Amino acid sequence: MAHGVLEIDRVSKRYGDVVALREMTFQVHPGELFGFVGSNGAGKTTTMRIALGVLAADSGEVRWNGEPITLETRRRIGYMPEERGLYPRMKVLEQLVYLAELHGLSPAEARRSAEAWITRLGVRERRGDEVQKLSLGNQQRVQLAAALVHQPEVLVLDEPFSGLDPVAVDVMSQVLREKAAEGVPVVFSSHQLDLVERLCDRVGIVRGGSLVACGTVDELRAGGDSRLVVHAPAAPPGWADGLAGVRSAHVSGGRTVLELAPDADDQVVLRAALATGPVHEFTRQRPSLTELFRSVVTEENAA
Amino acid sequence: MSTLTPGRAVFLVARREFLTRVRAKSFLWGTVVIVAVLAGYVLLQAVLFDRVGRDVVAFNGQATALAGAVEQTAQSLSYDIEVVDAADVADAERRVREGELDALVTGAADALRVVVKDRLDEQLRTALDLVVKQQVLSAQLAEAGLDPATVTANVARAQTAVVALEPEDDQEGPRLAIGLVIAGLLYYSLLVYGTMVAQGVVEEKSSRVVELLLATLRPWQLLLGKVVGLGAVGLVQLLLIGGLGVLLSSLSGVLDVAGLAGGALATGVLWYLLGFFLYATVFAAAASLVSRQEELQSVLTPISMVIIIAFVVGINLMIQDPSGTAVTVLSLLPPFAPIMMPGRMAVGVAPAWQVLLAVLLALLAIAAITWLGGRVYANAVLRTGARVRLRDALRP
Repeated sequence: MAHGVLEIDRVSKRYGDVVALREMTFQVHPGELFGFVGSNGAGKTTTMRIALGVLAADSGEVRWNGEPITLETRRRIGYMPEERGLYPRMKVLEQLVYLAELHGLSPAEARRSAEAWITRLGVRERRGDEVQKLSLGNQQRVQLAAALVHQPEVLVLDEPFSGLDPVAVDVMSQVLREKAAEGVPVVFSSHQLDLVERLCDRVGIVRGGSLVACGTVDELRAGGDSRLVVHAPAAPPGWADGLAGVRSAHVSGGRTVLELAPDADDQVVLRAALATGPVHEFTRQRPSLTELFRSVVTEENAA
Repeated sequence: MSTLTPGRAVFLVARREFLTRVRAKSFLWGTVVIVAVLAGYVLLQAVLFDRVGRDVVAFNGQATALAGAVEQTAQSLSYDIEVVDAADVADAERRVREGELDALVTGAADALRVVVKDRLDEQLRTALDLVVKQQVLSAQLAEAGLDPATVTANVARAQTAVVALEPEDDQEGPRLAIGLVIAGLLYYSLLVYGTMVAQGVVEEKSSRVVELLLATLRPWQLLLGKVVGLGAVGLVQLLLIGGLGVLLSSLSGVLDVAGLAGGALATGVLWYLLGFFLYATVFAAAASLVSRQEELQSVLTPISMVIIIAFVVGINLMIQDPSGTAVTVLSLLPPFAPIMMPGRMAVGVAPAWQVLLAVLLALLAIAAITWLGGRVYANAVLRTGARVRLRDALRP
């Protein structure tokens, strides 16, 4: 497979009788920001822990550059575990230098890189403090620095945005975009779907241990039902009923919201609307990622 | 991007453990307190020896001529006295009453009079009696036309030849003391540093930093680095305390056996290393089963009990009879050997074959324990939450 691609290939994992992952499969390309979403317990964290070798898969394989991941290649991954992990009583800078050295950097490189990241992430003045004395938000910044300090060639981040203030969210987003622009495949999980929608090139939705939807946000939206919002003040109630391809219509705030079948011709609807009088607004409204996610979760509950 | 060799990985982990602990205030204060207790004990002994050992005896008038003879005789009885001149009898008696002088000797050579406060020390009485009798004897010999010096020399030469079937070691007392101190130090080091390994494992587990570490290290590298790093801290402390102990005891002269103590310290270090590698892995494996410091005590208690039993039972048996069957057998077994064998070696009752056998058994046990403990650790260290059952952790 292509150079620099992170591949999760049919990875399965059971805990006793509970199936955590069922043939989980997806790829993250170099320079791509991949958003990993799904409800709690869907298997996001398990997938990431298996990719980092912290957990062993029952079957399936994780590859990078076309090769199964080994301890050597794993050192080039930057990882942010879901449950934050740092030595509480170790000083910020010392800790980052230590982690960088553990990933194979020379002492001088490690120090330079650690200094650079704490400056970049705005925790420079806390460099000599023990991690446990920092606020949660600052601990989160140090945690991100820990994932980045060894100049990783792949980034796997579990919930990197949880617990961050808006400024930190912006810094984090910018750093992730930069790393992607350098050609690093970046995968992160998040429950902040608006953020994922804004930031990610591609999104994977997980349900019950496997990927149920995967693609760019536009692709995912295209698969959903489309809606039309029409503002025609002179139209009588029920004007759109019976039009070809219209599944339902309701009035909301003076506007008529129409659910269309995928193959419906919206021009027919426009002509019908114009026939009632003036049309002030005619918008095709596509579902947001949140709505897509909800519909996926609903399917799960129905199943 | 450079690569990380397993050796460097272990070194990095060990260095962090070592520096973190050595820089901690608790290490400094712990060492200071132990050294202070040890030094205090040695000084107390020294002062007590000094007080008990030297009595001040004053001589007046004719008796002054006998002062040298009395001092010599007392010394031959291993009884040190300090001899002073007393020109004024009344003043000397006052000083005896006040306790400044222990005895005042007056009178003629063949009729000595001793003034004491309440009673005469038995050894001093013997020494004085001997000197007086010698004086009388010399006078009579001279009257009979014999040379007192020749007769005395001949008498001194006449001795009983002693054949000891089991010669008693005149250093048995100090040897036993050193043996007990070594056993005590090893007991302390194994327990404290073993527990420290356990706490370190749980700290990494409860703070989840272990997940970050194991993404770049193999479990055995992390475990070995931790054991080596903390073992080195314990070793430094042991050497500090032991070295100061040897130095102080030889300076103060409490133990006239600095060489003996030094040798015991060297065997102590050997057994510390064996014992630590044996126990540290067990401590680490046990700690990896739990996720919180509060749960730690319950899994450590059985291990601590073995060490405590080895110490308490070992000490008691050793004081009674260091070469008894029970002590001999226990001191060969790996769980007890690290505390009891160095003690027996210091006492000087462990034959070479027993020492070698105990070392061999300990090495075999270390190999087995490291393999087993490493496996438990690797399987359990990433399982957070409920306590991991040992049976589950042993499964591949």
